[in-house]
Amino acid sequence: MPESITLTVNGHSVSVPEGSTVATAVSLSGATTFRRSVTNEPRAPLCGMGICFECRVTINGHAHARSCQIVCRAGMEVRTDA
Amino acid sequence: MTEKAFDLAVVGGGIVGAACAWEAARSGLRVVVIENSVIGGGATAAGMGHIVVMDDSEAQFALTHYSQQLWQEIAPELPRDVEYEECGTVWVAADEEEMDEVRRKVQFYQTRGVAVQILSAEALAEAEPNLRQGLAGGLLVPGDGVVYPPCAARYLLEQAQALGAQLRCGQAAVALSNEGVKLNDGSFISSGATVNATGSWAPGLTPGIDVQKRKGHLLITDRHPGFVRHQLIELGYLKSAHSISSDSVAFNVQPRKTGQVLIGSSRQYGVDDAKVEAAMLSHMLARAEEYMPGITRLSALRTWTGFRAATPDKLPLVGPCPGYDKLFLATGHEGLGITTSMGTAKLLVDQLLNRPSAIPLAPYLPNRAQQKEAHA
Repeated sequence: MPESITLTVNGHSVSVPEGSTVATAVSLSGATTFRRSVTNEPRAPLCGMGICFECRVTINGHAHARSCQIVCRAGMEVRTDA
Repeated sequence: MTEKAFDLAVVGGGIVGAACAWEAARSGLRVVVIENSVIGGGATAAGMGHIVVMDDSEAQFALTHYSQQLWQEIAPELPRDVEYEECGTVWVAADEEEMDEVRRKVQFYQTRGVAVQILSAEALAEAEPNLRQGLAGGLLVPGDGVVYPPCAARYLLEQAQALGAQLRCGQAAVALSNEGVKLNDGSFISSGATVNATGSWAPGLTPGIDVQKRKGHLLITDRHPGFVRHQLIELGYLKSAHSISSDSVAFNVQPRKTGQVLIGSSRQYGVDDAKVEAAMLSHMLARAEEYMPGITRLSALRTWTGFRAATPDKLPLVGPCPGYDKLFLATGHEGLGITTSMGTAKLLVDQLLNRPSAIPLAPYLPNRAQQKEAHA
């Protein structure tokens, strides 16, 4: 069993198996909107391989991080658009 | 005398040609616009879209100020995708010498009725928290704004078309004369007057005019709303933009309505190749980073180049092409064409219809250099 690590998504604590992507953590948190498009439409992961940029979130204050390409670290603070 | 098919043929569907077409159409002229590629696809698409009142000469002030008022008049009708926003310009002073320049500018603008505000070092930091510490202050010109130029050009052309103007897209003009325009398919469009509004390509159709290509680079970032709030330009820009010969870069950034940040600017003469040059780009970004240390943490989406149409005295050419009476020029707008397109259109149509102009025409007439020599 991989070890579990804990991070926050929109202020809520989420635990995931080590090696999980941030996109996984966001999904487990219950959030369905990862970001809002320029015309305010909800967006979520599409390609899962870093090409479509639909899964972007803010990680530790850095905007536009591709959540499907970034592995969770303990204590990460992840924010999605509302 | 044979009847002409059109009163005015506009060659070039950039912002200047589009503005001329609209002004002519709403003045009752029968207009045709000839664009060999796409609307607003040249310098119009490459530029920042800054609507700015400049003070580097009386003539530059007169045309930019007049043009800005014209933009402000139509602002309420502009569609959303034109992204008009009166974000204001902040001229950033790095040191006390540049603050002296701020005070000179305040005097200049205020005596000509343009609202401005001096920003202390503290006020500047409050207005733009992402600028580096230790800057001397700045000058806020609140009435300046931005547009998204290709959509602005499209909008102006649609207005012209609604008034009956015809658009020939994908057809190239190969020869211009007092009689009209010869196209690359061999056909001829007869027109009472013709205007060459093809920006830095203008000398190809009217050889001998004093217009040079001046290459520029720009970069756009992803959306970072609030990172930059005003159009920011370093006052050192005046030194670099005004040196006629050498390559230069300046800190010049713009907030888009979307939250994206446009980062400029560079100026190069004698380069015909449109490719993005890594050395120029990194020089430009390093300059931006000197003023906004966090700016290179934003993610870049795209970078590109364009060619300004530069003249020796930095003023556009608006009026009869030397040697012709029915062939006109509307080019040479350098980095100010988005702003000055509106005033240019008025001045051109004023000349076509012998109307009085709101500002003196003489500084922009294409034969001004010869006139000066004649009187020297």
